[in-house]
Amino acid sequence: MTERAEQGGPETASPSRSGARQASPGRVRLKRAGLLLLRTFGSLAVTFLGLLIITFLIGRVLPIDPVLAAVGDRAPADVYDRVYHEMGLHLPLYQQFFDYVVKIFQGDFGTSVLTSRPVLDDIVRVFPATLELATIATILGVLLGVPMGVLAAVHRGRWPDHCVRVLGLFGYSLPVFWLGLVGLLLFYMKLDWVGGPGRLDAAMEDFFEPVTGLILVDALLQGDMEVFWNAVSHITLPAALLAYFSLAYIARMTRSFMLEQLAQEYVLTARVKGVSEARVIWRHALGNVMVPLITVIALSYAHLLEGSVLTETVFAWPGLGSYITSSLLNADMNAVLGGTIIVGGVFIGINLLSDLLYRLFDPRARR
Amino acid sequence: MADLKSAAPLLEVEDLRVHFHTPRGEVEAVRGLSFTLGRERLGIVGESGSGKSQTGRAILGLTAGNGRITAKTLRFQGQDLLSLSPKQWRAVRGARMSMIMQDPKYSLNPVMTVGDQIVEAYRQHHRVSAAEARQRALAMLARVKIRDPERVFATYPHEVSGGMGQRIMIAMMLIPEPDLIIADEPTSALDVTVRLQVLAILDDLVRERGMALIFISHDLPLVSSFCDRILVMYKGRVVEDLKASDLQSARHPYTQGLLGCLPRLDHRQETLPVLRRDPRWEHGTLEEVMR
Amino acid sequence: MNKPMTGTATAPQGLRGWLRTDTPQSRFQARMGRLWFGWLTFRRNRLAMLGLSIVLLLCAVALFAPLLAPYNPVQGVLNDRLQAGSAAHWFGTDNMGRDILSRLIYGARYTLMVVVLVAITAAPIGLLVGTVAGYFGGWVDTALMRVTDIFLAFPKLILALAFVAALGPGLENAVLAIALTSWPPYARLARAETLTVRKADYIAAARLQGLSHARLIVGHIMPMCTSSLIVRVTLDMAGIILTAAGLGFLGLGAQPPLPEWGAMISEGRQFLLNQWWVATVPGLAIFVVSLGFNLLGDGLRDVLDPRAGGNG
Repeated sequence: MTERAEQGGPETASPSRSGARQASPGRVRLKRAGLLLLRTFGSLAVTFLGLLIITFLIGRVLPIDPVLAAVGDRAPADVYDRVYHEMGLHLPLYQQFFDYVVKIFQGDFGTSVLTSRPVLDDIVRVFPATLELATIATILGVLLGVPMGVLAAVHRGRWPDHCVRVLGLFGYSLPVFWLGLVGLLLFYMKLDWVGGPGRLDAAMEDFFEPVTGLILVDALLQGDMEVFWNAVSHITLPAALLAYFSLAYIARMTRSFMLEQLAQEYVLTARVKGVSEARVIWRHALGNVMVPLITVIALSYAHLLEGSVLTETVFAWPGLGSYITSSLLNADMNAVLGGTIIVGGVFIGINLLSDLLYRLFDPRARR
Repeated sequence: MADLKSAAPLLEVEDLRVHFHTPRGEVEAVRGLSFTLGRERLGIVGESGSGKSQTGRAILGLTAGNGRITAKTLRFQGQDLLSLSPKQWRAVRGARMSMIMQDPKYSLNPVMTVGDQIVEAYRQHHRVSAAEARQRALAMLARVKIRDPERVFATYPHEVSGGMGQRIMIAMMLIPEPDLIIADEPTSALDVTVRLQVLAILDDLVRERGMALIFISHDLPLVSSFCDRILVMYKGRVVEDLKASDLQSARHPYTQGLLGCLPRLDHRQETLPVLRRDPRWEHGTLEEVMR
Repeated sequence: MNKPMTGTATAPQGLRGWLRTDTPQSRFQARMGRLWFGWLTFRRNRLAMLGLSIVLLLCAVALFAPLLAPYNPVQGVLNDRLQAGSAAHWFGTDNMGRDILSRLIYGARYTLMVVVLVAITAAPIGLLVGTVAGYFGGWVDTALMRVTDIFLAFPKLILALAFVAALGPGLENAVLAIALTSWPPYARLARAETLTVRKADYIAAARLQGLSHARLIVGHIMPMCTSSLIVRVTLDMAGIILTAAGLGFLGLGAQPPLPEWGAMISEGRQFLLNQWWVATVPGLAIFVVSLGFNLLGDGLRDVLDPRAGGNG
């Protein structure tokens, strides 16, 4: 806020100044943008470090003995001691933490006990499934949620508003896993409109060779329309389900931002100019709503990337959420903590992205 | 000027009322306002809450959603404003009458460039190419004495000062060449140093294009120096209607009170008198109050 | 000093009059009067009243579960397994022959317990962190808010999962995990409220009277945060119920044979096609109770925190 006030001062406020003197404010701006970026990265780094501390501590206080988990409980004592030292468990805690951080930055999340593969490899394999689902759901959620929120705000207190409100209330009150089960019961088991659990029919899964891991993309690249439509029939229900929850949130937030913007003076200015109501709403007001909305959309996307744990369980969707849950139930802590770090990292990354997009949409934050 | 006045009036207002529906009941912001306007500069003066801003909005048909307008007559260039469809309204607003708002900090869209907003105002009413609209907007920016129009064209509202913002506002509202311009406290948000400059620009453009002007302000001396005629409003009604040159001979005690409240240079005043209000002002005509 | 316009003769007598007076005699009376007017506003909102009824019904059912439940919630009759709804078993029976209605009634206790425990642990933590950060400012603020941000950066459910993994599955641990993940938004909210009152004159006055920091925070700043915090916690309760049910569904919350609703859905999953009621009925119960808390929260917000409202 203070930065904005500075810019409003008489010094920078007269653009009619000659070019020679403008060079220096430009450089100041560049420097300020650099500082701002540095600060953003700095705070992200601190957040990420905190994330590592928490996962590290959870790993330490855990009642599961990491050595036993690795060597099995029938190993002789000398083997146990050797592994104990190999794992560095005799070192002081801060050194263990340092080694842990170094390993994480080298991409070494340890080995999964369950799959006996490096955790990172596992995550790279399962992540595309989650990404595909969350992305489709978010796109649907934005395409439907934003217009609904706008209509609710414009027709405040009338039926579009009530519809959006009811939709939102249900979205905040329905258990996602239950809705998923009911959806499966109705649309798969009874009506047979959509594919069942999993990303593809079992018969197809065996001879489909993934490239990017995003099956819809892969099938199109390989020109295999049969696989493509099969994948579509499988993703429809989980994607629709997640899209509904994202839509409920986005519509509700859009509505409240929109009400705030429609009360602003510049909306009256546009009307004075004779601008049509549609343009006042969709160009002027929505243009300003987009600024805070970006954060909301990013947050909802990030939550879908993590929060599909339950949906993935219900639909046997082999994504990150299923991976973390099944590892958890099998006390595979390397996999759980690795997955948590990745999810946290994705979350931080999306926050950064929304910060950058924010700057793009809001000229006031750009410089 | 005399021949212009003899022509049919530009704007006729008779018994204009603006009601607001609030949770605490019905509020009447404007209570039976009547006046006619030729091609002249009319000042509307009153304190805050006197209904002067709501009068301006009502003429433009932009009363807020919970408000309701009634009038015996509300006619602009012979056209009945009360029966206009939304589409007809859009052809009137901007093109034939327009409004300059108070504070450019809030009244300009923060995420659109200055140029885009001016071009939008022009193209709303003139079917021209984007390039031509741009040329017109640049010329208009030059007309409001902005020295580097090309640069200002590409800036965002938060990057300009209040005085420049208001000049941009003037450019934007005058570019479609309306016949009537309503200026609602156009300088009260500005620094005292740039007020006169902005007013001079507005004055020049209004004179040169022969537009009618309704100047809404709480500043009686400013209005009297700037306008031909003055309406004094009190609690939603006109209490006095007089020529600007006759201001010193104002008869209504409220107008006299307003004048009396001003500090004067020609003789010493230890304390400024406080306006003493009379409940009769709220309902009585000038003649009744004078009795 | 000045007599009220209505005069004492026309003012309503008794408790109502005491509540509605313009000139309260004590702080307690003023506070009660405010609550009374809030209640009058609240009562006009039919949806909020519906929400309140649902929540009260939940409490009553939880309290009187042994009296209300027609059967034993844990012991079933295996001969009666997987029956459809009938006069004897309104919502049918599950795979162990247990009456689903009875299990639902006892399950209300666990739902209520989770909600209450999370609310009384997470809200005070958030309130303390937020008010201290906002009151002292400077490096205290920076440090506390950084910790808050770290917790916020964690995906809630995954963090709860990791905590449950560390602590072991079970209802108490699920509650602890949810509480540990849900305090940061309250801290943010309390900090924002504190910042708005910190500079107020009455705080300065209390400070000049020699009040200690601790008493100032507890006595003067925390009360200013409570109404918005209550609204926020009520609105979050639905989310807490859903998270707890989700943990139960994943097998990480309440353990069988406890009749927790999420775990019941999980158990009923395998009979979805032919005995749909086993899995769907507990889901409806979760939905109704969450809806109740959401409606109640919306209504409370309109009364206590009108600025934040958006549902006109």
